[in-house]
Amino acid sequence: MDLFEYQARDLFAKHGVPVLAGEVIDTPEAAREITERLGGKSVVKAQVKVGGRGKAGGVKLAATPDEAVARATDILGMDIKGHTVHKVMIAETAPEIVEEYYVSFLLDRANRTFLSIASVEGGMEIEEVAATRPEAVAKIAIDAIDGVDEAKAREIVEAAKFPAEVADQVVNVLVKLWEVFVKEDALLVEVNPLAKVVSGDVIALDGKVSLDDNAEFRHPEFEELQDKAAANPLEAAAKEKNLNYVKLDGEVGIIGNGAGLVMSTLDVVAYAGEAHKGVKPANFLDIGGGASAEVMANGLEIILGDPDVKSVFVNVFGGITACDAVANGIVQALELLKSKGEEVNKPLVVRLDGNNAELGRKILTDANHPLVQQVDTMDGAADKAAELAAAAK
Amino acid sequence: MAIFLTKESKVIVQGMTGSEGQKHTRRMLASGTNIVGGVNPRKAGTSVDFDGTEVPVFGSVKEAIEKTGADATVIFVPEKFTKDAVIEAIDAEIPLAVVITEGIAVHDTAAFWAYAGKKGNKTRIIGPNCPGLITPGQSNAGIIPADITKPGRIGLVSKSGTLTYQMMYELRDIGFSTCVGIGGDPIIGTTHIDALKAFQDDPDTDLIVMIGEIGGDAEERAAAFIKENVTKPVVGYVAGFTAPEGKTMGHAGAIVSGSSGTAQAKKEALEAAGVKVGKTPTETAKLAREILAG
Repeated sequence: MDLFEYQARDLFAKHGVPVLAGEVIDTPEAAREITERLGGKSVVKAQVKVGGRGKAGGVKLAATPDEAVARATDILGMDIKGHTVHKVMIAETAPEIVEEYYVSFLLDRANRTFLSIASVEGGMEIEEVAATRPEAVAKIAIDAIDGVDEAKAREIVEAAKFPAEVADQVVNVLVKLWEVFVKEDALLVEVNPLAKVVSGDVIALDGKVSLDDNAEFRHPEFEELQDKAAANPLEAAAKEKNLNYVKLDGEVGIIGNGAGLVMSTLDVVAYAGEAHKGVKPANFLDIGGGASAEVMANGLEIILGDPDVKSVFVNVFGGITACDAVANGIVQALELLKSKGEEVNKPLVVRLDGNNAELGRKILTDANHPLVQQVDTMDGAADKAAELAAAAK
Repeated sequence: MAIFLTKESKVIVQGMTGSEGQKHTRRMLASGTNIVGGVNPRKAGTSVDFDGTEVPVFGSVKEAIEKTGADATVIFVPEKFTKDAVIEAIDAEIPLAVVITEGIAVHDTAAFWAYAGKKGNKTRIIGPNCPGLITPGQSNAGIIPADITKPGRIGLVSKSGTLTYQMMYELRDIGFSTCVGIGGDPIIGTTHIDALKAFQDDPDTDLIVMIGEIGGDAEERAAAFIKENVTKPVVGYVAGFTAPEGKTMGHAGAIVSGSSGTAQAKKEALEAAGVKVGKTPTETAKLAREILAG
């Protein structure tokens, strides 16, 4: 889960990383009182989870409380690279910046550990610096158990050649930032820019934090950090039902068991769609190993509720779950939806293979539901589902 | 022979007394696995009856090894306790730890992986968030259904559970030496490369099927390894060509970030290393058949 700047700022402040004062609001009028408290001037910053908001006009200085309200009015509702601005942060204006640096901690998948990236050339995208001036970017592996103490932080500071007069302050920032990384179960913490201001102080002016969704079991507060306003309504409804669902932009609804098989199903449908008006998968939905009638019903309900969906492909490989149980699940799910008064009017193509496939197929054949048809192979079923979606398009 | 797991393997189950642990211990026993014990400190000294087979419960992995000579553990404990369970297995120096549990925080996986390194990597870790591994006809450590296929000469390594089953099913008439599900988390113990190396050295494996998916660069690194070190034919499949950027597709590690981790890049890297890559699981199985038929 990627956080907004203001949420990252709050976590930085909580762990002692130096930041400027700021508050987040969703109505322009609230900017006045905050700006007054900040001494009469402020910076109005769009809260969007995408880079380049400054260039897009999403960050504006306000010299008076009235101007802060005006700027907040401009920015709220603005579209920045497809992201609507629902919130702005009214932040303390930064003292004059002398230098801009970059520091981060992140997961290093390839080396199965963590990594620190640091540069004295901050303020722009680090990928850009790494591409044009790789010698200006220091990358130091961090041992997951030893972590970042003062000595390790000093090693990073030296590797990135931070000026001597800020070294102690940057060491302090790194140790505190590591605390954010570990204690908040983050996958990424990034400060850019880490600014040296005219007073000589080093301050985190902007930052990114991405948290590990798998760590929610020890962070009940993750729930509150979610951006429910921006979530696709179908994705939000699926999350309510604990379904692993991602909305895509095609026409063939997909239900399958197991993340790998579902990803593969999307691909196979997309290939099949090439011969059928270019129809594509409408979603990712993994109902998991269990595939009970209730889960199947919940999944079908979400998918049939998607107006983009023209046909549905249920692709199940019976591993631990037997296909007869899955077939019963489909039959019961259709009855359940009917009893709830929901109209099922889109064709379903079902492919069952693996454990008890024959029995499962027989159950569906006997149920003889007018909208359900079976195809024995994954490729063949994908083709049929694509054909049906194309016909209804 | 096979890799990592044979009929000689003596397997214990951490979390055997929980519901998932019991269900799968019963299945593993039914498929012929030599299960010699379970671990639960609160139930040490008791035993669990699995359809007539009494399996003793020990207080620790160390005790289980001392009393049974166990050389493999399958871990089903809930995600909150998984890190401690794996560290216990590492401390006991058990040669193989198969971590089935899904939903483990990546800081926990990073910690136990770093710990294994500090202890000299005496324990091969498979997973987390994986279906485990099966050497058909010999032993089954994890949740892979044992009745899909039979012993044979194909080695399979995969990030995905159900795609593992699908591929086993597609090639069920030919059979497999060992099938290893390495899991789809961002950090995993045993990698594609580890399995490729073991299959290359395994006299009972003639052909290797490798299944990857979006996220990270494990497939690209595996491709480089194949080019330099693998002389046996390798057939590949990569899932997730249609996955949008920035969305996690079920597995915590299955995410395209910017332009990195795409299925296309993985396919190209594998093909450049001489690996035949199928467009669908069925086509991949067909490629394997063609190679084996000569």
